[in-house]
Amino acid sequence: MIALSGLRKAFNPGRPNEFWALDGIDLVIEAGKITAFRGPSGSGKTTLLTLVGCLARPTAGRVTFKGEVVSSLPERFLTDLRRRSFGFVFQQFHLVRGLSALQNVMLPAAPTGRPRREVRDRAVGLLEQLRMGARREERVEFLSAGEQQRVAIARALVNDPEVLIADEPTANLDSVLSRQFVGLLEELNAGGRTVIFSSHDPLVVESGAVHRVVGLRDGRLEP
Amino acid sequence: MSPRPAPRALLALGALALLAGLTFLDAARIRRSRRAEQAATARFAAQAGLTDLALFNEARYTRHPTQADRHSAFQDHPQAFDHFPTGSLLPPRSHARRD
Amino acid sequence: MRAGIERQLALLDFTVASLARRKARNLGLLAVFALLVFLLASVTLFTRALRQEAAAVLAGTPEVILQRMVAGRHELVPPGYRERLGRIRGVQKVEGRLWGYYFDPVIRANYTFMVTDPAPRDGTIAIGPALARLRGLAEGGTLAFRSYAGELRAFRVAAVLPQPTELASADLVLVSEKDFRAFFAYPEGCFTDLAFSVANPQEARTVAAKLVRDLPDARAILREDSLRAYASLFDWREGLVLAMLAGALLAFGILAWDKASGLSAEERREIGILKAIGWETGDILRMKAWEGVLLCLTAFLLGYVAAYAHVFHGGAGLLEPVLKGWAVLYPRFALTPVLDGLDLLTLLLLTCVPYTAAVLVPTWRAATTDPDSVMRS
Repeated sequence: MIALSGLRKAFNPGRPNEFWALDGIDLVIEAGKITAFRGPSGSGKTTLLTLVGCLARPTAGRVTFKGEVVSSLPERFLTDLRRRSFGFVFQQFHLVRGLSALQNVMLPAAPTGRPRREVRDRAVGLLEQLRMGARREERVEFLSAGEQQRVAIARALVNDPEVLIADEPTANLDSVLSRQFVGLLEELNAGGRTVIFSSHDPLVVESGAVHRVVGLRDGRLEP
Repeated sequence: MSPRPAPRALLALGALALLAGLTFLDAARIRRSRRAEQAATARFAAQAGLTDLALFNEARYTRHPTQADRHSAFQDHPQAFDHFPTGSLLPPRSHARRD
Repeated sequence: MRAGIERQLALLDFTVASLARRKARNLGLLAVFALLVFLLASVTLFTRALRQEAAAVLAGTPEVILQRMVAGRHELVPPGYRERLGRIRGVQKVEGRLWGYYFDPVIRANYTFMVTDPAPRDGTIAIGPALARLRGLAEGGTLAFRSYAGELRAFRVAAVLPQPTELASADLVLVSEKDFRAFFAYPEGCFTDLAFSVANPQEARTVAAKLVRDLPDARAILREDSLRAYASLFDWREGLVLAMLAGALLAFGILAWDKASGLSAEERREIGILKAIGWETGDILRMKAWEGVLLCLTAFLLGYVAAYAHVFHGGAGLLEPVLKGWAVLYPRFALTPVLDGLDLLTLLLLTCVPYTAAVLVPTWRAATTDPDSVMRS
């Protein structure tokens, strides 16, 4: 589904503090599977996720999504693609404070022009599915970490993307919540969704739910 | 869930705009109702040969600004608010001030 | 089309929810903003209406007034002058005017004595409404003045000038010519100045120029100069108020700049989040534009409507002191509203454009950052 070839990514290219976060990645990610990127911090997991999810462009190499080269698309198309095809769950959740859980979940749909009723029904449905239905009017800063994450997941899914991308999803969760998260992943994947996430938490990476673990070290794939 | 905020905000804005629009109607109404008065005042002023409004009657040199000399618009009052900066440099004579 | 509207509404939803989060701050901003518009609009509406009123009332002012100067000061017009003036081509209907000032120590006010045609009968006067009000006089009352010869002279009030004319007549004392000359010990045959009209009004300026050449000790004041004097006088007073407002404007500018350009870390973070969850730069700018429109337009409309009510229904109470100065016989007058679309547009632009720009530029800069920055924070 997603193919990466010769992927390299530099920060501050051409300057004294130039840093190659990724240095030659060739990888194919299959549709409908759960893929985990594993590696110590600084190994390039997050950078790889941003490239896979079209949040950033590679310095060199190509990203192909469903047979189409997307790494060279102009920003407008990239945003559109990102909105339709990818849902993101960030390590810090990155919810918009001051708004309710429901308002947060509805946010990604705002620029799509979908009818509000439809978006609202979908958001409420997702929150209920994630057992957050009762808390949906609560402002997000009053939610626990686990609840915030579930709101973040609901938000990632509101536009019904094919791929869910999560960066260190369990870094802010205790082991009980982490296990719950794995359960959630399985549920989502059972619905046919592709899931890609990064983690260095063995509890998650080594759980039976994950179909494929990709090791990263110093910007390269581990053999 | 609370009702949608956007239409309410637009509605409030629309109501304000309507109110602003009403000021134009109100202005037209006042204009109509004052037309006769204004004409009467103008007739009186023309008949009496008035050159100025009675707005600035605090002193005789401000009463008829249009009739004042070009070079001494508000002529020689000790506390005159001058066109020229001299007035701010030279204080009025002490005997001319009255508190 | 429908999706477009739905999208704008969704963005507006977020904007309103977002504004509601910092209710006190945004309401405060709105209040300051509206107050500023209110003050500016009050001044604009008031001065424009007053200018229009002056133009309307003084439209029939004498076409040309001739003053005689002696050593740079206004002097009486001597006998014979009028006849000399009458001989100049194009000069018509020369009339000698008699008017002057009288300081009334009782209420410490200056009256304008004037001889009009028709004049009250000898021994009687017609007085302006403000004067009548302040001295508590009505028709049939008696008013005494100390004449320039020293003795007290009593006049019977034959009429109080109608209130609607108060803007022009507040402090007038109309007397007969005989009384005027006797009271002020005015030399017989002399006049305060001469008023005349010109056969062809288009040539008023030419005639006036010719006249000053023939009568070198004279000064001519044209009607258009008088009217212009009023236009610029109010400009000047308006400028005074604006100068006082400059401080407020500046404070507002700082406020807006601070609010806008100093995009807080929180706002920057939010923009990053929106970007990462699929909002385009344009969506974020549209959202911020809505914010600007909501705040500016609400403040503008509130301020304008309040200013209108203040000036035309509340007697411009806040501006009166500026205009009134130390005047004792300040006229009571109602203004006729003159609403000028261009004025309002200027005001709208003056308040909204800087604010919106101050919001949009930094937002645009923040919004054009790569969406992946949020992942790396």
